[in-house]
Amino acid sequence: MATVVAVIASTHHPFYYRASMSTGADRPPFADEWVAKIEAFRETLTKARPDILVMVGSDHFHQLWLDNMPQFLVGKAPYFDANWYNEEREFGLPRMTLPGEERLAAHILRNGLDADFDLAFSNELRIDHSITCPIITLRPDADLPIVPIYTNIFAPPLPRPKRFVELGRTIRQLVESWPDDKRVAIIGTGHLSLELGGPRQFGAHGPDPEFDRKAIEWIASGDVEGCLAEVTLDSLHQPGNATHGFMDFMLMMGVAGAGAKADHVDSLDLFHTMEAYFTWYPNGVPT
Amino acid sequence: MSKYLLDKFLFTVDRDPALVERYREDAAGTVAWWEAEMANRILNCTGDERSTWLRFTDEERTALREHDHVALFGMGAHPFLTLTLFIAMFERDHGPLEYQKAYGKAMEHLALPYPDIST
Repeated sequence: MATVVAVIASTHHPFYYRASMSTGADRPPFADEWVAKIEAFRETLTKARPDILVMVGSDHFHQLWLDNMPQFLVGKAPYFDANWYNEEREFGLPRMTLPGEERLAAHILRNGLDADFDLAFSNELRIDHSITCPIITLRPDADLPIVPIYTNIFAPPLPRPKRFVELGRTIRQLVESWPDDKRVAIIGTGHLSLELGGPRQFGAHGPDPEFDRKAIEWIASGDVEGCLAEVTLDSLHQPGNATHGFMDFMLMMGVAGAGAKADHVDSLDLFHTMEAYFTWYPNGVPT
Repeated sequence: MSKYLLDKFLFTVDRDPALVERYREDAAGTVAWWEAEMANRILNCTGDERSTWLRFTDEERTALREHDHVALFGMGAHPFLTLTLFIAMFERDHGPLEYQKAYGKAMEHLALPYPDIST
């Protein structure tokens, strides 16, 4: 049977790639600290020795559009091309091609449907920075097959937070019920408090540092119930108008399991938004 | 109100490098052309199989013609789409992050709850 060797939750910051590659006067003052934190975070995945990555993210109006918008979608294809013109333009992200793991995708789709998640699927999916940012930070060689899973945190009406947690629990069960003897890491990215296109954007910190502090505590301690007690679709407007991306962190709390304390916790207070990085080892810390 | 159509304009222009430049240089002309030729195009269908009913209100058309991101926000256009396209058009005229900060400052009079972006 497949083993979940690591569960990883992270913010996905499209500025990281350019900041980490920049030199001289172009290099921002926070770049060295950011790179050091990312390299430590990367090591938490490397030492788990995964064979396959299940990658949870959210399309930012690239391939998925309002004329046909899925709530949850699994990519099932032999390859996934990645990154889009507007991400190249704004963030300098490189174009990539990642191999897919179709057999695990098929298993997740079949058994997810049978577990009452009406998952949409795509056989030709070009993925965006919600999935390529963690590839760049955590597995820059991009050498492992992936199963991308997209959630709708972007185009209301959205599923409620509890549904994200439940999907996370189900993804964990689905991976662990896959008969192949593979080592699987489940990686998901979202946001803490974030404002995009509104009056609180691009401040000296994230728009709501108090929310960020609580969010990191919920995630690090596995406090799923405490988080669900406070976070609703309505409440997420308060910390910033793009904070619904936090629901992908809630999904990852569902993957990690209630009460599961993260084995690696780190954060970085940047302008505009707080970065946060978490790794759990469900089967023990690898040696 | 046709929030969906505003979003469709922003989405289809933002993903096309030539249209980004055309909208920057000739907003009124681009909006008129787009409403006539593109508004009713179903993106995943052939050109003959079009919708028949999509058009902007006068207020929406004016906001797009005037590159008025504050008005677009007020009408419930998706803020991510507006921001991404406007950065593509205007960031180049400013220093690092200057445009993004000015964009937010132009909306500092707005308080929660923000306009509903549901479509």
